[in-house]
Amino acid sequence: MRGRAVVRPWGGRVSVRLDPRSVVVFVLLGLAAFAGVVANVGVGEYPIAPLDVIRALFGIESGDGNYGFIVNVLRLPRALVAVLVGAALAVSGAVLQGLTRNDLAAPDIVGVNAGAGLAAVTLIVAFPSVSAVFLPPAAFGGALVVAVLLYLLAWRGSSSPTRLVLIGVGLSAVATALTTFMITFGDIYQVSQALVWLTGSVYGRSWERVLTLLPWLAVFMPLALLRFRHLNALGLGDEVATGLGARVELERGLLVLASVALAASAVATAGTIGFVGLMAPHIARKLVGPAHGGLLPVSAMTGGATVVLADLVGRTLFAPVEIPCGIVTAVVGAPFFLYLLYRTRKT
Amino acid sequence: MRVLRSRSALLVGLVGCSAVLFLCLLASVRFGAARIGTWDVILAFVDYGGSEDDLIIRTLRVPRALIAALVGAALAVAGAIIQGLTRNPLSDPGILGIEAGAALAVVGSVFLLGASSLTTYALFAFVGAALAAVVVYGLGTLGGGMNPMKLVVAGAALAALLSSLTTAVLIFNQRTLEEIRFWLAGSVAGRDLGLLLQVLPYVSVGLLLAFALSRQITALTLGEDVATGLGQRTAWVKFFSVVAVVLLAGSAVAIAGPIGFVGLVVPHVARFFVGVDYRWILPYSALLGAVLLVSADIAARVVLRPQELPVGIMTALVGAPFFIYLARKRIKG
Repeated sequence: MRGRAVVRPWGGRVSVRLDPRSVVVFVLLGLAAFAGVVANVGVGEYPIAPLDVIRALFGIESGDGNYGFIVNVLRLPRALVAVLVGAALAVSGAVLQGLTRNDLAAPDIVGVNAGAGLAAVTLIVAFPSVSAVFLPPAAFGGALVVAVLLYLLAWRGSSSPTRLVLIGVGLSAVATALTTFMITFGDIYQVSQALVWLTGSVYGRSWERVLTLLPWLAVFMPLALLRFRHLNALGLGDEVATGLGARVELERGLLVLASVALAASAVATAGTIGFVGLMAPHIARKLVGPAHGGLLPVSAMTGGATVVLADLVGRTLFAPVEIPCGIVTAVVGAPFFLYLLYRTRKT
Repeated sequence: MRVLRSRSALLVGLVGCSAVLFLCLLASVRFGAARIGTWDVILAFVDYGGSEDDLIIRTLRVPRALIAALVGAALAVAGAIIQGLTRNPLSDPGILGIEAGAALAVVGSVFLLGASSLTTYALFAFVGAALAAVVVYGLGTLGGGMNPMKLVVAGAALAALLSSLTTAVLIFNQRTLEEIRFWLAGSVAGRDLGLLLQVLPYVSVGLLLAFALSRQITALTLGEDVATGLGQRTAWVKFFSVVAVVLLAGSAVAIAGPIGFVGLVVPHVARFFVGVDYRWILPYSALLGAVLLVSADIAARVVLRPQELPVGIMTALVGAPFFIYLARKRIKG
């Protein structure tokens, strides 16, 4: 393998083969995401210069004593949620696209996000006083139901990519109708909150929400990232994967579980931010190629940078009115999706 | 199974559908949040006394039933035409984003121009529907055109884009949201007879146009080449068909908000009874669409009485599973 560095820490018991290109791209995207966070934290009623933001982030005292509080307590969690949610959605999408060998599959396209949203809205409307801690498991339940239905109705024994997406569109429609049903019962204040939430927004997210999201990412992100070899193998088809020694059903089950859990926890935290799970893996594939070892982390970083930038755009474009970042991603992502469809229009 | 073949059988079927529609309309007037006895309902028509019940019947329930029937008929015929034009069993004005385009235009006009009358709603709905239709049509034809099933997916993406823009507009203005959220979910409640009269001309023109083109649409469903071979100027047929769709779907959205899946389901039911001839599919679709929406509206009122559901939710709950069924049946993996 030309141009690959092999790293063998712990006396060679573990070996990691690194593709330098992926590492460089990953670092650059990381810097972009960091710049996005800094810019995002600096913008607001009380603007803070980028350098002061960085100082405050690292706990260095600067001219204004309030900076530390504003940056670290009020504004940072929002930017962090944006990055984390974007990364979760992107990895979820990359895994799903790899598993289904379908460019168009993503948790937002095939209805997994809609299922998570339905479960979360139901919880909010039925039990308005419920703690946010219960949202991710509820969303996970909803997303899992949709994923299972999708598997039974479309995926099993079928290789048509369009069929999977079409049935996903149908499932989305059912979940959305039921969500609207729930919303009709809420009072107007809750409803406008729910509407913003449904389009995907990181507005007013506190550390509490970051801490609710983190355990999910801590479990399922590594689960997805470390199984990249199996994902590569499954991408070659079930027979080849079996021949390569993969336990196909088990690996596929675990990867689906990771994908669904990542999407659901993202939705529970920031609502249904659309098209990130679709777009980020495509961008990442353009940057580092289709092998999942590099693709998954680069997708994650792309997704994180995308959402934090989308939030920045949404906040500054029509300030003081804020556009939820989900609308920004939809305005960019839907034409992108149309382009993808159009490019493969004959198949 | 094609039950009805002869011309007389088809005519009898049409009369039967009309009878069913009439019964549904009666039921729609009879059942509602307020419990009013059958006898009082009849009295409200023959001997108008001005009591509260009479008022409910005359000013709320009758207009509502008629509007549901008109909207259902318009959407079903629009769906039938689109399915014929695109030769695609999975399309309807909702799925292809045409209703979302109309809705965005209406919400935008309320927000930007302070539009408040249904006449302006309708005009903007036509503009929005037409623009969305042009985009879908472009995706379906330019550069050799998209495969029909892909076109459905593209329409869904377009609808997603347009409805998030609608949400963006609503976020700017809470008051608009309050006025419009029930409308946005698709509902025929609380419209008075005046509104019906305002959109009636557009719907009538749309329906007449559709019926006039029914023979040509039948030829088009056999393929562009066949239609040309039969001496048709297909470009004009398509153009006027799209005009009919825009008029029908735009009026429906202007008066009732986006109601999905009526245009998808009904033409299939009609085709099941009458076969492939659009001269019969269209009138059957119109009647059955009216029946479907009137009964869905009754269900929306009585399922959780006294709470009322937007009728769009009922049609989506019936229609979306049907959509999934069609996708499974039509695309063999």
